[in-house]
Amino acid sequence: MLCILLGVLALHLLVFILLIVSTASSQWTVEARGHTDLWYNCHSDTQGYHCSQASNEDWIQAVQALMILAVVFCFVSLLAFAYQLFRLFKGGRFFFTSIFQILASVFVMCAAIIYTVMRPDSDKDYGYSYVLAWVAFPLSLISGLIYLILRKKD
Amino acid sequence: MLRVLALASVVLLGIAPQASQAITVYTSWERHALVGSDIRLSCTFFSWRSISEDVSFTWRYRPDGSKDSISIAHFAGGEAYTDNKGVFKDRVEFVGNPKRRDGSILIKNLDFSDNGTFTCDAKNPPDIVGRPSSVRLLVFENLPIQAGVITGAIIGVVLGLLVLIVVIYYLMRFLVARRVFSLSVRSVPRLWGLCRGREQRPEPIPGTDTCLAKAL
Repeated sequence: MLCILLGVLALHLLVFILLIVSTASSQWTVEARGHTDLWYNCHSDTQGYHCSQASNEDWIQAVQALMILAVVFCFVSLLAFAYQLFRLFKGGRFFFTSIFQILASVFVMCAAIIYTVMRPDSDKDYGYSYVLAWVAFPLSLISGLIYLILRKKD
Repeated sequence: MLRVLALASVVLLGIAPQASQAITVYTSWERHALVGSDIRLSCTFFSWRSISEDVSFTWRYRPDGSKDSISIAHFAGGEAYTDNKGVFKDRVEFVGNPKRRDGSILIKNLDFSDNGTFTCDAKNPPDIVGRPSSVRLLVFENLPIQAGVITGAIIGVVLGLLVLIVVIYYLMRFLVARRVFSLSVRSVPRLWGLCRGREQRPEPIPGTDTCLAKAL
């Protein structure tokens, strides 16, 4: 029981960290001399390293909002897990935890899809933040589903 | 006591004329507009004195990157005068109502060359001491979306919906609990009808295991 609990908690924390790193670092698209999105647009040339704001278009703002919401919902799910761990009746399911975690995974999926479709430079490579977002999506979905079938024993 | 009153009145009389001479002019800080559209630049003022007959408004324009400003609109003595020679010829119209402290102008058919600072100076004799106020005009081809507006809107709406759902959930639970309680008190005859059909089981403690007690 304790092993399952620790494993589930470790997975949840991993998803949370992945989401935070993916949201905060600005490496969704990389090129030879720079990187861009979600927040900054940095490139290095002969005069040095320059950063400017990422474009203000509506789809980038939607991706930003969805990633932030995913982080928030993952955190709320963590709090709900801690709460339900001590307050749930015997045999109950971690319903709220699961709902928030699944919503977080849906938001990450939407954010990643919108970014993939609306990206203007289709010849540039994807950076690690983008990869982490796509990795976080199935992990958070699995985590949410585990909470759905998990039952409190003691 | 009398001395305090005298001192206070002298101080107030000393301050009051200073305050009533200053006039404060208000305009927007910055305005954004599309090429080819019209824009109404508002200008209003605050003055301790009532509106005089000689109230005047002056609008000046200073292009971006230039140090000189030219006058484009003037209202004085009940008459409005607008630019009839320069860049704003036939494009400026005085649409304010000076009697209501409104000295707004309307600029039609904007172009990129209209980027600059518009300064409004209002005078309400004898209140003439005041600083003019400026509004910056930015003309765009497409109006840009400000950074963070859509982000904030999406986050706000989703979190608001979440809070709303939680509140409704707890409210429904609370209301249902109350309604169950009031229902059983009001519709007792209906419950008796229900209870008569139920099978009788031996009561563990006499008097408590009635159908009504269980429903309550």
